[in-house]
Amino acid sequence: MAILEVKNIEKGFGSTKVLKDISFDLEKGQALAIIGSSGSGKTTLLRCLNFLETPDAGSITVNGKCLFNAADPSMIREADIRKKRLHFGLVFQSFNLFPQYTALENVTLAKKLLAKEEPDFRQRKKEIYKEIDEEGMELLRKMGLSERAGHYPHQLSGGQQQRVAIARALELKPDIVCFDEPTSALDPELTGEVLKVIRSLAEQKTTMIIVTHEMAFARDVSDKVIFMDEGVIVEQGRPEDVIENPREERTKRFLSSYGNI
Amino acid sequence: MFFTSDEFLTVAAALNTGFIKTLQLFFVTLIGALPLGLIISFGSMSRFTPLRFITKLMVWIIRGTPLILQIIIIYYVPGLMKLFTWGGGETGRFTAVSAAFIINYAFYFSEIYRGGIQGVPVGQQEAGEVLGMTDSQIFFKIKLLQMIKRIVPPMSNEVITLVKDTSLARVIALQEVIWMGESFMKGNQGYAGLIWPLFFTAVYYLAFSGIVTVLLGMLEKKLEYFR
Repeated sequence: MAILEVKNIEKGFGSTKVLKDISFDLEKGQALAIIGSSGSGKTTLLRCLNFLETPDAGSITVNGKCLFNAADPSMIREADIRKKRLHFGLVFQSFNLFPQYTALENVTLAKKLLAKEEPDFRQRKKEIYKEIDEEGMELLRKMGLSERAGHYPHQLSGGQQQRVAIARALELKPDIVCFDEPTSALDPELTGEVLKVIRSLAEQKTTMIIVTHEMAFARDVSDKVIFMDEGVIVEQGRPEDVIENPREERTKRFLSSYGNI
Repeated sequence: MFFTSDEFLTVAAALNTGFIKTLQLFFVTLIGALPLGLIISFGSMSRFTPLRFITKLMVWIIRGTPLILQIIIIYYVPGLMKLFTWGGGETGRFTAVSAAFIINYAFYFSEIYRGGIQGVPVGQQEAGEVLGMTDSQIFFKIKLLQMIKRIVPPMSNEVITLVKDTSLARVIALQEVIWMGESFMKGNQGYAGLIWPLFFTAVYYLAFSGIVTVLLGMLEKKLEYFR
């Protein structure tokens, strides 16, 4: 059974339709790459999945449980949305680290705040915080940042900041990790270290959705590719089909602008 | 030795009394205007258009007219219109002038707060949201400190200006340090025609604004650990 089922999502801002009838699903442990030109609706789609935007129509189901259905207004209650968000993690294009916290604190902050809602928090506070810190350190180690745990974001390079942001998203163990153009704000020489981390996550069978302009990376790392244009899914399928042998004219035209991959 | 003469000691004692009044006005203004300014800033950012419009209009009026005029209006107009009086004597004057200062400074502060609040990137709010934080956690754990860092430098400017603006209370004869200094020109405790006491009030202002500058500078330094 698919871990994620997205059905007939529509989203408009004012009179502009940004997403039109978007449907796809994703199996557990798979990586989905979403490609397409700027303004094609890729980012808006990710934002809908993370409840930063509310779709006008359609439904989102994770693990067989319906998280959102536009036809049912009771699903848009603020308090519920907060919990539903935890099924998804989001890595932003511009990192959005919290500047006043160290790398480790960035990773652990949300989990420590969530731990306060546990019934035995008061008795076990020290123990719980210690566990969370250890998990955070372990994640930073996996990102190759053990030495940087005590650094503040402004003391880190862009690539290091983005790896902290990835660790922060992973700390809450979301079912699906979303990446919104994770290397677009980076200098070219720094994209490699971030892509390497995402690649290793794919090898560990992390369920992921990656919006990216790195075509070679999308082809190598993903199990499935979606090509979007003007708010619709033009083509979806295996990367070797969509990227190497696209059927649709629009996909061909888009990919040719990238030259040989 | 002049600094041990009767003249100096008498004048200094009077100026000290006046300066205590200055300090009272300074702190009362801060205590009133700092929270009131925050409330006004919410008004100026409200999604309810009439409230936002009225707040902006008030900001324009308060910032666009001299504080000295506002003090005069607040002190005299209620009595002239037979609405109420501030009560006679020094207490009445202090109450009226405090009201004028709090209102004036609250509107200035509100604009500084607004800049600080709107200056925190929307990505900070969104990053907190996708991590499952509540709005109050996002405000207190993430945004508040970033706002404070942004508002400390412009706030410092306003606070130093306030140190000196307190002297405008002289216009309704509040017995603050300038009033005291002047009193020795006209005649006070057997001394008349003295000009130096008025000039000497500068020492008080310099000392106090120096202390305020150092303290706010320390706060600014303390927040320099992040960017």
